[in-house]
Amino acid sequence: MSLIEVKDLKIGYEGHIVLDKVNFNIEDGEFAVVVGSNGAGKTTLIKALLGLVKPVSGSINFNGLKQEFIGYMPQETKVDSNFPASVFEIVLSGTLNKTLFYTKKEKKLALDNLKLLGISNLKDKSFGELSGGQRQKVLLARSLCSTEKLLILDEPSNNLDRESKKDLYEIIQELNKMHNITIIMITHDLDHGNLIGNKIISVTDGTVISESTEDFVRRVHHE
Amino acid sequence: MSNIIEMFSYSFMIKALIVGVLISLCASLIGVSTVLRKNSMIGDGLSHVAFMTFALATILHVAPLYFSIPIVIVVSFLILRLNSSNKIHGDSMIALVSASSLAIGTFLISITKGVNIDINNYLFGSILGVDIVDVIVSIILTVIVLFLYLVFYNKIFAITFDETFSKSIGIKTNVYNAVFAILCSLVVVVGMRLMGSLLISSLIIFPALISMQIFKKFKSVVISSVIISVLTFILGLIVSFIFSTPTGATVVIVNIILFVVVKIISMLK
Repeated sequence: MSLIEVKDLKIGYEGHIVLDKVNFNIEDGEFAVVVGSNGAGKTTLIKALLGLVKPVSGSINFNGLKQEFIGYMPQETKVDSNFPASVFEIVLSGTLNKTLFYTKKEKKLALDNLKLLGISNLKDKSFGELSGGQRQKVLLARSLCSTEKLLILDEPSNNLDRESKKDLYEIIQELNKMHNITIIMITHDLDHGNLIGNKIISVTDGTVISESTEDFVRRVHHE
Repeated sequence: MSNIIEMFSYSFMIKALIVGVLISLCASLIGVSTVLRKNSMIGDGLSHVAFMTFALATILHVAPLYFSIPIVIVVSFLILRLNSSNKIHGDSMIALVSASSLAIGTFLISITKGVNIDINNYLFGSILGVDIVDVIVSIILTVIVLFLYLVFYNKIFAITFDETFSKSIGIKTNVYNAVFAILCSLVVVVGMRLMGSLLISSLIIFPALISMQIFKKFKSVVISSVIISVLTFILGLIVSFIFSTPTGATVVIVNIILFVVVKIISMLK
C-alpha cells in the first residue's frame, strides 16, 4: 500500500481552480521532487497535502499517517531571519508539545536532530546570526522533530550558494536513504535539485504528471 | 522622595498605579507577538475604535467600559478576518478603521448638545478617569493574560515564529489569533482612560521594540519586555506627578528615551 494516495484531486481558492485531476502515489521511502514554473500551483499542492487547503473534490489518503506527524519545512523567506530566538527554541517548537513545559524526551529529540544535521554547535546561537544555509538546517531540524516518516520541503535550496546547496541536498538524501524518511521536495533548481529523487511530479497547466526520474529525463530530452 | 510619598497619599494615584502597572504588563506580553508578527498597528486601530465607542457611550449615558469591550472585540475580529482574506492589505485596513472611528467619535461629540465631554481626556488620557471598576477589570485581565501566556507559551512562540508551520503540526492558529485579538481589545479599552486613545498602543509596541534591541532569544525578549514596560510606566507616572504633565505622554516619552539610548548603545557595540 502506498504511503500517500492522491485521487482525482481538485484544489482551488474562492471559485478559482488551481489544480484539477491530480492523481499520484508516493511509496514509503520514496524521494519525490515537485517541479513546475512559478505560480503553477506547487505550493498549493503541498498545502493540500498538509491539510492547510481543503480540496474542492477528490481525496488524499495517508494510510495510517496522521497529518500532524508530517514534517514540513516552509520556504526560508517566509520566516523572519531577524526573529529574536535561539536555535534551540526554534527546533523545540517542532515537537508536538502538548504540555506546559517541554519534556526531557522532547528536548532530547531536538538535540538529536541538531546532532543529526551537524549543527549542535549552533544550539544557543540566535537565528539572526546564522548564514542562509545554517538557517535552512535549523528549519529542517525543526521539521524533523515532528516526523520520523515523511518530510515535505518547500524550496529548501532557495537563496543558497552552490556549496550550501550541495551540503543540504546531501543531508536530505541521507535522511531518505539512511533513515528511511519519505521526502517530497519542491524545487526550482533544475540543474541538480530535480534529479536527486527517484520520482518527479511536474505541475503544469493546472494538472500534474507523476513519473520516475529516468522517464522524466527521457521525456524532457525527447521534447 | 517626599514627592513620591505625597503622590501615593492620593487614592486616585494608587488606582492609576495599579491599573497602569497591570495594563503595562499585559500590553507588553501581547506586544512581543504583535510586533514580531508585524501587526503593530492593530493596537492603534483598536484604540481609535475604543475612542468612538467611549464617545457613543457617553452620549447614550451607558457605562463606557461595558459598551466598548464587545464592540472593540468584534472590530478586532473583523480586522483579523479581512487581513487573512487579503482583500484589503492589513495596513490599509487598520488605517481605514482607525481614521473612520476617530472622525465618527469626534463628530458625535461635537453634534451632541448638553453633554460636557473633554475630548482631550479621551485622546490623551486622564489619571482622574480611572475608577475602581478599572482596577477590578485590570486585575481579572492580568490573571487571564498571565495564565494563558504561561500555559500556552510554547504554542505562542511557535505561532509567532511561523504560523504556517504551526498549522501544519496541528496547532489551532485561528483560535490563538482570536484569543490574541480579544486580549488586545481588552488591554486597549481598559488602558485607554489612563493612557489616552492616541497613546495606549505605545504600551504594546515600545517595550517589545526596546527588548528586541537588547536580547536575541524569545524568552529573554518576553521577560525583558514585561520588566521594561512596568518600570517605564512607574517612572513615567512619578515624573508626570512631579512635573504635572499628562501621564500617558510622559510614559511614552520615558519609553522613547530608553529606546533611543538602547539603540545608540547597540549601534556602538
